Amino acid sequence: MLRPLPFIAALAVAAACAAAPAAADAPAPVTVEIRDMKYAPDTLTIPAGTRVTWVNRDQMPHTVTDRGRAFASAALDTGDSYSYTFKTPGEFTYFCTIHPFMVARVVVK
Amino acid sequence: MTERDRANPEPNRRRVLKCMAWAGTGVLWAVRGGVPRTLGLIGDAAAAEAAQGDLTFAQISDSHIGFHLPANPDPAGTLAESIARIKAMPVQPAFLVHTGDISHLSKPAEWDTAVQMIGEANKQVYYIPGEHDVADADNGKAYLERFGKGTQGRGWYSFDVGGVHFVALVNVFEFSPGFKSAGLAKLGEEQLEWLEKDLDGRSASTPLVVLAHLPLWTVYEQWGWGTADAGRALGYMKRFGSVTVLNGHIHQIVQKVEGNVTFHTAMGTAYPQPAPGAAPHPGPLQVPAGELRKYIGVRSVEFRSASGAPALMDRPLASQG
Repeated sequence: MLRPLPFIAALAVAAACAAAPAAADAPAPVTVEIRDMKYAPDTLTIPAGTRVTWVNRDQMPHTVTDRGRAFASAALDTGDSYSYTFKTPGEFTYFCTIHPFMVARVVVK
Repeated sequence: MTERDRANPEPNRRRVLKCMAWAGTGVLWAVRGGVPRTLGLIGDAAAAEAAQGDLTFAQISDSHIGFHLPANPDPAGTLAESIARIKAMPVQPAFLVHTGDISHLSKPAEWDTAVQMIGEANKQVYYIPGEHDVADADNGKAYLERFGKGTQGRGWYSFDVGGVHFVALVNVFEFSPGFKSAGLAKLGEEQLEWLEKDLDGRSASTPLVVLAHLPLWTVYEQWGWGTADAGRALGYMKRFGSVTVLNGHIHQIVQKVEGNVTFHTAMGTAYPQPAPGAAPHPGPLQVPAGELRKYIGVRSVEFRSASGAPALMDRPLASQG
């Protein structure tokens, strides 16, 4: 008779967890698009803790590679994406190792 | 004085300083004394005459296995055709060189496919990486683990065959990206120091062949088609009578002569790219499907005893011979 109760409790915990990111004060995630051999926006200013996702909408593969290698994606094919969460304030310049003339910046406040 | 020295009178080389020549595909070039001259279209009698050599090797480049867009939906198929083309050459090459961008996305499965297909030629293959081969998140670790055995630094090396000294350089690791620069590639200090030592003490009459993925002269800076510190590398080669630089990366044939050095970029085996500045960016150039094989293919390089300088023949897949 008692068996169903823990199961229901587990469901309730799962539902609470799913809602947690919105309830906590984590900044809204941000997307950077890669198109026509450019990162858009080319300067992104975000609060610390923001999760940034780059999506490659271009015909060519690209990478998202921090100049100091604090973060580095693999080669992203058309439609692929890469995410990184910026935990601490700072300024990051990143580029595409396949097309090094593609450069952009993330400013974390 | 060697046979080759007599064939390379200095004044001839001086006269052609900074001459830049664009070549159409399917043209046979003979390079003597630093002066490339067209012998004729492939299939001509002159081409047949050039078919005997002391050392012949083949260059393939920019296979981009893993590419899947309309510019060439089947790069594995065109690589297989390229290898079939090499097997049908009238003079069989002693070995193959691949000047980079073997894969499109640095994935082991892509290299598996390429190596298996290139293996059909049954020849030794000397590889160097393109930037597409070192685009993994670990900055080229996968390429170096697979292809870097027995090499120096980050994959460079040299070897000798038939009296010709080959230098395989790597210019896809060091870039200087900036908001106001094209981020030209570099060979880097460590490699340049190695190169200086590698060439030190070698006879100036030894023909040199230099392999690198990105061009060793600036073809088009806005698209990063150059190598920022190539001048220092070429300085170490000034005293050599015959220097032949073979590059890939730009998926088209561009040739230049500067003093004792001839520069040749190659067609790829996958798809063409626009001529410098002819498009907003250097993405794949889509040509009508029936035309693709005019723009992709292989190259043979033949050192003949009579001159000591190589004759190059670019062989688009669409051509005969």
